[in-house]
Amino acid sequence: MKYILMMNTMKAGQGVLNWQQKELQAHIAFMMNLNKDLREAGELVSAEGLSFPDQARLVRAGKNGVPVTDGVFPESKEFLAGYWIVDVDSPERAYAIAARVSAAPGPGGAPLNIKIKVRPIMSGPPPEMP
Amino acid sequence: MTKAWGLTSEHLLRELAPQVLGAITRRFRDFASAEDAVQEAMIAAFTQWPQAGIPDNPRGWLIQVASRRMADQARSEIARRERETTVAREAESVTPMLDIDVDMDPHDTLILLFMCCHPALSSSSAIALTLRAVGGLTTAEIANAFLVPEATMAQRISRAKQSIQNSGVPFRLPLPEERTQRLPAVLHVLYLIFNEGYASSIGVHLQRLDLAREAIRLTRNAKALLPDNAEIAGLLALMLLTDARRAARTGPDEELIPLDQQDRRLWDRAEIAEGLELLTPALSKGPVGLYQLQAAIAAVHDEAERAEDTDWPQILALYELLKRVSPGPMVTLNHAIAAAMVHGADQGLQLLKALDADARFADHYRLAAVRAHLLEKMGDYEAAIKHYRVAAAQTTSIPEQNYLMAQAARLAGH
Repeated sequence: MKYILMMNTMKAGQGVLNWQQKELQAHIAFMMNLNKDLREAGELVSAEGLSFPDQARLVRAGKNGVPVTDGVFPESKEFLAGYWIVDVDSPERAYAIAARVSAAPGPGGAPLNIKIKVRPIMSGPPPEMP
Repeated sequence: MTKAWGLTSEHLLRELAPQVLGAITRRFRDFASAEDAVQEAMIAAFTQWPQAGIPDNPRGWLIQVASRRMADQARSEIARRERETTVAREAESVTPMLDIDVDMDPHDTLILLFMCCHPALSSSSAIALTLRAVGGLTTAEIANAFLVPEATMAQRISRAKQSIQNSGVPFRLPLPEERTQRLPAVLHVLYLIFNEGYASSIGVHLQRLDLAREAIRLTRNAKALLPDNAEIAGLLALMLLTDARRAARTGPDEELIPLDQQDRRLWDRAEIAEGLELLTPALSKGPVGLYQLQAAIAAVHDEAERAEDTDWPQILALYELLKRVSPGPMVTLNHAIAAAMVHGADQGLQLLKALDADARFADHYRLAAVRAHLLEKMGDYEAAIKHYRVAAAQTTSIPEQNYLMAQAARLAGH
């Protein structure tokens, strides 16, 4: 079964941009290692990091479907920073991976304990209807 | 002299895979590497045979290419890819070895099936390895079927082989006693492959490899190798009797159509006939197991010309047997449906109460869906709508969710 693990962070400027180089490197190494382990375990479907919220645009259809875009939203407190899609044998395994992500090192090398949102990905129907 | 590549050639090639793997494993005494080598030989054959034609001795050709690969094992995925290209070129000069058939052991496919369905493996690993080593599928095909990247699937298979290696299981047929003990795990893996295929064989996933057909093929082979085993026959019957309804279970917009509303003229009569033919002698052979009982239930449904002709008392009796043979929440749930059909919806609702106490099942969408269905039969539309909506929120299946939301909307419009 597939799960998406979503990592939300506080808006830009409050977090990673103020870290020291060593702290950044440790964090990046941690993430690389995690992805390598997931790939080697045969569990990784995909993992992506998203751009900073400055690059985010809100889009909706205007007249005749022409895209109308809107800029950055300073009132938003949380932004999706990245996600993992994993294919695992149980929800418990997805939670364990999420816990590992959550403990990624931050300032001073201490675990960030970021909240990771874990949601099942919709799949095909079960074999038979009642 | 070669034969032209045709529709059955791919089938032939897949059937040869476990035989070749058996020969290579016995010759080199290294299952994990042999399995990689055979995979590469298979890819070489898939690349060349459609153009060059099938060699006179296809088995010998594959054994020779795989044997060469054994000399040069790869560790990394990149090295593996490079080698595949080399094999494809080298293989052009392969000459058939005539004495190759002495390597043949009729048990190889069965040995491999037991090995790949080893209890040390998680079901997803066992499924992947079985499809590759026994089914002769390529990693890319398996990855595509499960919608994961090829590299991920390759790793999953390689880890599975590592676990088997670590467990120290010898490459031979398990002794009769051990075989009896381990057969349920083998049947379970085949059943899971079928389910995955049957569940995903609609809509956007139609282009995916037909795992249901692969499962039927593998189970058919297993049955030929263990002809006296009634549970394998039962499993094959169950697959056929279920697969027979495939064309009727979805509508033009890929919406799910429940059993009682399906156009039964779309059911595959040949598959039903074969399923019934397998099931009848199986049921008279010793103790009746889990798959035979499920097949018997599927048969009762398939035999009814119209939904209202369904012999529900017989289905109820079969579920009562199944409750004894293989108790579990899903059986309790289906038993409640059968009881409702025979004795009325209120009795079905009474039986569902037992499941509310089961922590692992209380939040399962099927419980809410069945409860909604029975409440609707009782005429309690308000409660039915509520439970259809709960079920819709709980399911992780899009077609199922659409179906459940449609039921709630239908009742709300009353």
